[in-house]
Amino acid sequence: MNVTDFEMIAQLLKTRSGLALSKDKAYLIESRLNPVARKWNFAGFDELAQAIRAGKDEALLVDVTEAMTTNESFFFRDQKPFDQFNELVLPHMLEHRAAKKTIRIWSAACSSGQEPYTLAMLLKENASKLAGWKVEIVATDLSQEILDKAKEGLYSQFEVQRGLPINLLVKYFKQTGDRWQIDAEIRKMVKFQQFNLLTNPSALGRFDVVFCRNVLIYFDPPTKTEVLGKLADLLADDGFLYLGGAETVLGMSDRFQLMPGQRGIYRLMSEDKAKATG
Amino acid sequence: MKTCLIVDDSKVVRMVARKILEGLNFEIDEAEDGQKAIDACVRNMPRAVLLDWNMPVKSGIEFLRELRAMADVDQPVVVFCTTENDMTHIQEAIDAGADEYIMKPFDSEIIESKFTQVGLL
Repeated sequence: MNVTDFEMIAQLLKTRSGLALSKDKAYLIESRLNPVARKWNFAGFDELAQAIRAGKDEALLVDVTEAMTTNESFFFRDQKPFDQFNELVLPHMLEHRAAKKTIRIWSAACSSGQEPYTLAMLLKENASKLAGWKVEIVATDLSQEILDKAKEGLYSQFEVQRGLPINLLVKYFKQTGDRWQIDAEIRKMVKFQQFNLLTNPSALGRFDVVFCRNVLIYFDPPTKTEVLGKLADLLADDGFLYLGGAETVLGMSDRFQLMPGQRGIYRLMSEDKAKATG
Repeated sequence: MKTCLIVDDSKVVRMVARKILEGLNFEIDEAEDGQKAIDACVRNMPRAVLLDWNMPVKSGIEFLRELRAMADVDQPVVVFCTTENDMTHIQEAIDAGADEYIMKPFDSEIIESKFTQVGLL
């Protein structure tokens, strides 16, 4: 791939998804876009690059963006965030939302659905404490294709063995041939919706908990600041923001502070809360 | 160093599992069937057992039932690792006292993930 093609595709991805592709990731472009070239019956990568440059076919540009921005996910990823959810976040919500009995959770960039389904299973495990409550899990991703897979809730043997405890596999999945499907009851707990983090999120409403893990790492600093600002706007004053283990708000946003002793969980700065209520 | 007994009648599987678990700082012992595994546990009870299902002499599930019936011993964590990948077998293993279950084929990522879940890592 020549430099001109790399720059043209990198610019397309930056504009459409915020993905900042450095030159050392150039190899990713060909490996991920060759299947797109085959799907569209192009003779090879060069012909695909020409079609992208022409920019006439919106469906092609969507396919290219989705192929480059879809990333792997797995159940109970990193484990600790979900322990914190059980031990800290959920008890806080049960106490502070006792009057409304409503909790809204957003899994941003949910990929193939493992994160929102992990949360749904955790909530189901806490069903006795949540009797009479309305808990809404909104899961969004840029890619419609990956959302379609997520909605189906169908996973390979490999996928259900990474992070998912065996007792939860037995309890919440059914075997379908060589694949495993999460129960309809769990699937119904998650509302999947296509959403681009670069756009205005206000239509999604306010959230008590936001999971936006391993997303910011793909953005350049100005985009990180922009996205963190949008998340701050829709997080409840006493809400919780989860970022990935390799991510931080330091130097990117002064609206969040790390929760003391809780790696990966951020809360709104008190000045921000005052602004929101003032 | 934590000890893990690898129980499998396939020498190749034992070798692959040994390499992965040694990389995770386990000291390894091996047994090629359920009876030899019982003998190994009587000699020296391991912290963990990675257990195949179908083996000659004594199967993995027979071994597990016998192990869990042993009184006054520090019971090890048992992770099944088998080609039996249907819900009936998984449920039977859990009922017999298995802590986790790996469906073959496995790789280092799956072993590490399962051993982490049961608190061995």
